[in-house]
Amino acid sequence: MSGKEYSGAEIIINSLVDLGVEVIFGYPGGAVLPLYDALFEQDKIRHILVRHEQAAVHAAEGYARSTGKPGVVLVTSGPGATNAVTGLTDAMLDSIPVICLTGQVPVHLIGSDAFQEADTVGITRHCTKHNYLVRDVDILSQTIHEAFYVATSGRPGPVVVDVPKDVQIFTSSTVHKGQVKHRSYRPEVKGDINAIREAVKLLSGAKKPIFYTGGGVINSGPAAAQLLREIVQFTGAPITSTLMGLGAYPASDKQFLGMLGMHGTYEANHAMYDCDVMICVGARFDDRVTGRLDAFSPNSKKIHIDIDRSSINKTVRVDVPIVGDVAHVLEDMLKLWKASVLEKGQQSYDDWWVQIEKWRERDCLKYSQSDDVIMPQYALERLQELTKEKDVYFTTEVGQHQMWAAQFLKFEDPNRWMTSGGLGTMGYGFPAAIGVQIAHPNSLVIDVAGEASIQMNIQELGTAIQYGLPVKIFILNNEYMGMVRQWQEMNHGSRYSQSYSDSLPDFIALAKAYGGHGIVVDKPGDVDGAIKEMMETDGLVIVDCRVEKLANCFPMVPSGAAHNEMILPEEEEIREFEGGAALV
Amino acid sequence: MYHTHKEIEIAARHTFSIIVDNEAGVLARVIGLFSGRGYNIEHLTVAPVDLQGSESRITVVTTGTPHVIEQIQAQLDRLVPVHKVGDLTASGPHIERELALIKVHCQNEKQQAALRIAEAFRAKIVDSSFESYIFEVTGKTDKIRAFIRLMEDVGLVEAVRTGVAALTRGAQPL
Repeated sequence: MSGKEYSGAEIIINSLVDLGVEVIFGYPGGAVLPLYDALFEQDKIRHILVRHEQAAVHAAEGYARSTGKPGVVLVTSGPGATNAVTGLTDAMLDSIPVICLTGQVPVHLIGSDAFQEADTVGITRHCTKHNYLVRDVDILSQTIHEAFYVATSGRPGPVVVDVPKDVQIFTSSTVHKGQVKHRSYRPEVKGDINAIREAVKLLSGAKKPIFYTGGGVINSGPAAAQLLREIVQFTGAPITSTLMGLGAYPASDKQFLGMLGMHGTYEANHAMYDCDVMICVGARFDDRVTGRLDAFSPNSKKIHIDIDRSSINKTVRVDVPIVGDVAHVLEDMLKLWKASVLEKGQQSYDDWWVQIEKWRERDCLKYSQSDDVIMPQYALERLQELTKEKDVYFTTEVGQHQMWAAQFLKFEDPNRWMTSGGLGTMGYGFPAAIGVQIAHPNSLVIDVAGEASIQMNIQELGTAIQYGLPVKIFILNNEYMGMVRQWQEMNHGSRYSQSYSDSLPDFIALAKAYGGHGIVVDKPGDVDGAIKEMMETDGLVIVDCRVEKLANCFPMVPSGAAHNEMILPEEEEIREFEGGAALV
Repeated sequence: MYHTHKEIEIAARHTFSIIVDNEAGVLARVIGLFSGRGYNIEHLTVAPVDLQGSESRITVVTTGTPHVIEQIQAQLDRLVPVHKVGDLTASGPHIERELALIKVHCQNEKQQAALRIAEAFRAKIVDSSFESYIFEVTGKTDKIRAFIRLMEDVGLVEAVRTGVAALTRGAQPL
C-alpha cells in the first residue's frame, strides 16, 4: 500500500483519533518531543498536562472508570515511564483499560545506558496486560490499534506502547484501518451454556443463595448492571458487592446487603458464611473479601462467572465455573431461570430473609455520635445526604476514609465510584477525580481523602487549577495514617510507629496558594454548612474536615479471621491477637 | 494469630508445551510469570518450530500440586502472545527426550569403562583426544542422570543438557 507518507508521531496521533480518543493525560520530555510536536499541530485531541506521571495514569483510570472508555497516557522515556509504573500496576490490579505511550531513546541507543533510558518493556512487563516496543514505523499504526484491542477486550488492563524517538520521526505510508484480529489473543465472551444450565439448576434449588458481585459487572458495561438488577430482583435473593463493584446494584434496594469483606457489613459477611449457594459475578475472591480461606463460606456450592479463566479456582475452589463476559452470561442465565420458574415455580427465601434481617438488626455501621468532635462516619453520612440528589462522582484515596466512604456513601449506578481496590494506592483519588472531571465537566466530583493520602499527589492542584476543574477534595483529617494506626493499635500494642501525620500543611492556605478555595470545619454542627459551601463554590475546593483522631473503622473481619468472626463497633475492646501480628 | 493456608495436595512433575508468537520478550514473559508467581521451573527449552520462524515452542517442566498446575496452565494461557498451552502430563501418553553432552577425562582401564558404559547407553563419541571424550547421549531425564552419575566415577569434567523436549503420542497435534 503506497500513499501519503506520515511521520511516526503523526501516525500515532491519527491512530488515536481513529480510535475515538479525545483526551490524553501526559507530561512531555526529550524522547516524546516529536509526538508533542504532532499534538501541537492538531486540535482533535486534548492534552491534559499533569504535574507527575503517576497522576497521569490515575487520571486516565478515573476517566476510564467513569466513562467505560479507555484512558490514554503519554509520558517520556526513563523517569517518565518509571513514574508511571505505580499507576500501571494500579490499573492492572483493578482491570482498568489504559493505554500508556512511552517515549524511548532512539533504536540505535537502546541498551547503551543512554540519557533517560530505562528498559520500559522489561520494567512494565509484570504490571501491564501486555506491552510493545515498536522498532519499526511501518507497524506503528497496527500496534496502536492492537494495544487498544488488548486493553479494552477480555479482562481489561493497561497496555504500554514504547516508541523510540527515531520511530516517531521516521515516515511510513502504512496505516492500519478497521478491526484488529489478533493471532493468539482471543478472549471468550460467551459462557458455556451447559455450565450456565448447571448454575441455574443449583440456584433454583437453593434455600439460602447469595449474589457476590464485583468490578467485573461494571467492566462488562451498563447492560451487565441492568441484567444483574433484573436477575437479582427476579430471584428475590440477597446481593452483596465488593469494593470494586459498588454501584452495579442500587445501594438503596432492600435486597442489597452492603459491601462484604474485611470492612463489609455484618449481614453481608454472615450471609456469605451461611449461604448454601453462592454466585460470584465478576469478582475474584480477593483476600480482603474472603478472610480466612479455610473457613470461607464452608457449606456452600459456589458458582463463579469470570472472563479470566485464571481467576477461577485461584484461591477458592468453585463447583460451577463459567468463563465469559458477565452481560452475556447473565443474559443466558436469566432466560434459563425464567424457563425453570415456569416449569417448577420460584423457590421461596422467606426463612433466609428472616435470618438476614436478624443480622441487619445488629446495625453494624452504628457509631457513637459526639457534640464536640466530628465523627468521620457522620461527615460522610452528611456528605451522602447532601449530595444524593446531585449528579455526583466519588473517588477516594486509600485507608480508613476509603472504607468509611464505601460504607456510608450509597451508589445507585455503576461508574460513579472510583477507588484503588487491588493495589491500594494512596494518592489515587485526587488525580482520578481530575480524570473524572475532564470526562464530566458539569458534574460534581468529590475526592474523599485522608490528610496523609492527599499529600501523595498534592502537586496535581496545579493541574486542576490550570484546566479550571472544580474538583472537591474532602479531607477527613485525623492527623494519622488512620488505617496504619488502627492496625498498630490492634496488632502491635498501640505502638504508633511513624503513623502520625506531623507537620501538616495549612490546607486552606495551600488551596489558596494554587488559586482554589479552602474550608476548615471542626464542629459537628458546622459540617452541613461546610459541605454546602463546598458545593456552591465554583472551582476547586479543599475541605479540611477535622475529625476524631482515634476512631477505628468497624465492623471488621480481623486479618486471618473468618467472616463470622467480625468485630462490631460496640465491641471496641479490641482483642489482642496471640501472635501479636497479622500476616495479611 | 498466624493462619497459613495449608496445601494438603501432593506436588507432582508436569511437562507443559507452550506455542508462542516468536516475538521479542516472549520468553521473558513466560519465565517472568513463573518467577513472579512463585512457580518452579526444572527444565526449559525454547526454539522456533515452524519454517517461517514465526512461532516458537517452549517446553517447561515444573512441579506443583494439582491446584498450582491448574493455575500455571490458566496463567500461561492468559499471556497475549501465547497461542496454546498443553499439560502433556495430564493429557495422556507423551514422549520426552533430552540431549546431553558429557566431557570425560580418563586413561587406561577407565577409558575402557567409559566406552563400555557409553555403548550401553547408546551414547555417541562426538569429540576425542588422548585422554578425553565428549559423549552425546539422548533419552529421558532419568537416563541422562544415570549416565552422568556413572561418568562421575570415570572422570566427569563437565556436562551440558538441553532440557526436556516433549510431544504427545499419536497423530494429533497439541
